[in-house]
Amino acid sequence: MATAAAHETARTQAYGTGDATDTTGTDAYETAFDAAVAADERIEPRDWMPDAYRSTLIRQIAQHAHSEIIGMQPEANWITRAPSLRRKAILMAKVQDEAGHGLYLYSAAETLGTSRDELLDKLHTGRQKYSSIFNYPTLTWADVGAIGWLVDGAAITNQVPLCRCSYGPYARAMVRICKEESFHQRQGYELLLALSRGTPEQHAMAQDAVDRWWWPSLMMFGPPDDESPHSAQSMAWKIKRHSNDELRQRFVDICVPQAESLGLTLPDPDLRWNEERGHHDFGVIDWAEFWDVLKGNGPCNEQRMTQRRRAHDEGAWVREAAAAYAAKHSGGRQTGETGATRA
Amino acid sequence: MTAALALGDDALVLSHRLGEWAGHAPVLEEEVALANIALDLLGQARVLLSMAGDEDELAFLREERAFRNLQLVEQPNGDFAHTIARQLYFSTYQHLLYAELAAGHGPFAPLAGKAVKETAYHRDHAEQWTLRLGDGTEAAHERMQRACAALWRFTGEMFRPVEGLDVDGERMESAWLASVGEVLGRATLTVPEGPRSGAWTAGAGRQGLHTEPFGRMLAEMQHLHRSHPGASW
Repeated sequence: MATAAAHETARTQAYGTGDATDTTGTDAYETAFDAAVAADERIEPRDWMPDAYRSTLIRQIAQHAHSEIIGMQPEANWITRAPSLRRKAILMAKVQDEAGHGLYLYSAAETLGTSRDELLDKLHTGRQKYSSIFNYPTLTWADVGAIGWLVDGAAITNQVPLCRCSYGPYARAMVRICKEESFHQRQGYELLLALSRGTPEQHAMAQDAVDRWWWPSLMMFGPPDDESPHSAQSMAWKIKRHSNDELRQRFVDICVPQAESLGLTLPDPDLRWNEERGHHDFGVIDWAEFWDVLKGNGPCNEQRMTQRRRAHDEGAWVREAAAAYAAKHSGGRQTGETGATRA
Repeated sequence: MTAALALGDDALVLSHRLGEWAGHAPVLEEEVALANIALDLLGQARVLLSMAGDEDELAFLREERAFRNLQLVEQPNGDFAHTIARQLYFSTYQHLLYAELAAGHGPFAPLAGKAVKETAYHRDHAEQWTLRLGDGTEAAHERMQRACAALWRFTGEMFRPVEGLDVDGERMESAWLASVGEVLGRATLTVPEGPRSGAWTAGAGRQGLHTEPFGRMLAEMQHLHRSHPGASW
């Protein structure tokens, strides 16, 4: 692979100076890294990378993983109340997928030299965040559909470009996750369509859900470009491929015709097609609300964190038992008696 | 068909209980595993209830007294040990049952052929956790022992005859006792001593006589469907 070759050259140059960590060596590594990124090559776990690149990725991947885990809660809220067995199966499968995505993303983060335990601890102590969208409550069954259509739709718009992210393990995780996410999104759309075409009460339920989830979904793309401090560096490193506002615009343009075919309206009086720009103009986002939710003052921040911490704390004795059992029974495995503990 | 309803209700109700774990499991891998088992069971329930009528009508519009599930599967999740004890008892039974049905030529043979593979996995999952909780820490051992004892009295009902179900209950019961006893032994747990088939509990769920938490479970499960009569979802 070209990346490996470039890094090999850098290593040879660095070691050629007699000390890989001196200034000359680091420069050689950095040059190779920059060249690999410029050439759209993938950075792999054993490759040299700038410390800031590593820590940005750890933060971003971890927060992505946390979002999958916290994101289970608003939807799981409706598993026991799903109105048909088919819908119940779809929802259960979706929530299960989210746990799987979380596991997958924690693994990707671990390739950068951290651990899942450490990351979960940062989540539980509030030192790392999760997507602000999951701090909104699911008040009716239609919210499950709105989350699928809008929230998963926004996530996909954000995540598809990440399939080409410069860090290999993250890019590969996104390829797999995006496949399942698009499936969830179609299911959410189909759920809303069934409601929209159902009884007047069902239609009203669908409209109400879209009214409540539209603006928070637009906020998922993050602050406007001029208030997004990490964006420039992330784009230079090809972690990010498009700006927040670009992706948000793309999402609005996708959603408008979908809302029409759903027979539902979007709650924005300023939303209209702009012939000149070739895009939809839309109203101003309530950034005060966005920052407030991000700071922990959204409708469900407290509830989500309390449930997550409780699940973790109440499960401690189970994890301890599993560890104690593994310690007791690891002797057999080390001496090759692999069958001894296998049921 | 009474048997389709009985087996379908078992799967439906246990699936629902396992669904309550979503977002609450002790470790992420268990979020995946418990949801996976719940989904398998829900799949079985849908096939079985469809053999007996309309799956949604049967699931959402029957009153508590018309449900035919075992009392074991309607028991609240409790702590993780209770959930695992319930899984151990039920999946061992279900695996034995489906293995027997799969070998026959009755109406359940096609479903059983698929379900036997799923229940083998469920059984392995429950056994592995029984070992870890029983033979892990002292605290976990105590919890697991308590859970096994608390649910023991619901286990006799599994082997009572069900109309339309052509299986040898006695033979299955002795196989079940041997298997569960062996797993508990390996997990350093003792087999509970209480009765398994008291006059009240034996066969009660199959006759529509349930325990108190079940009505509340159904209220939650059926509420939305019942609020919109005739709607499709």
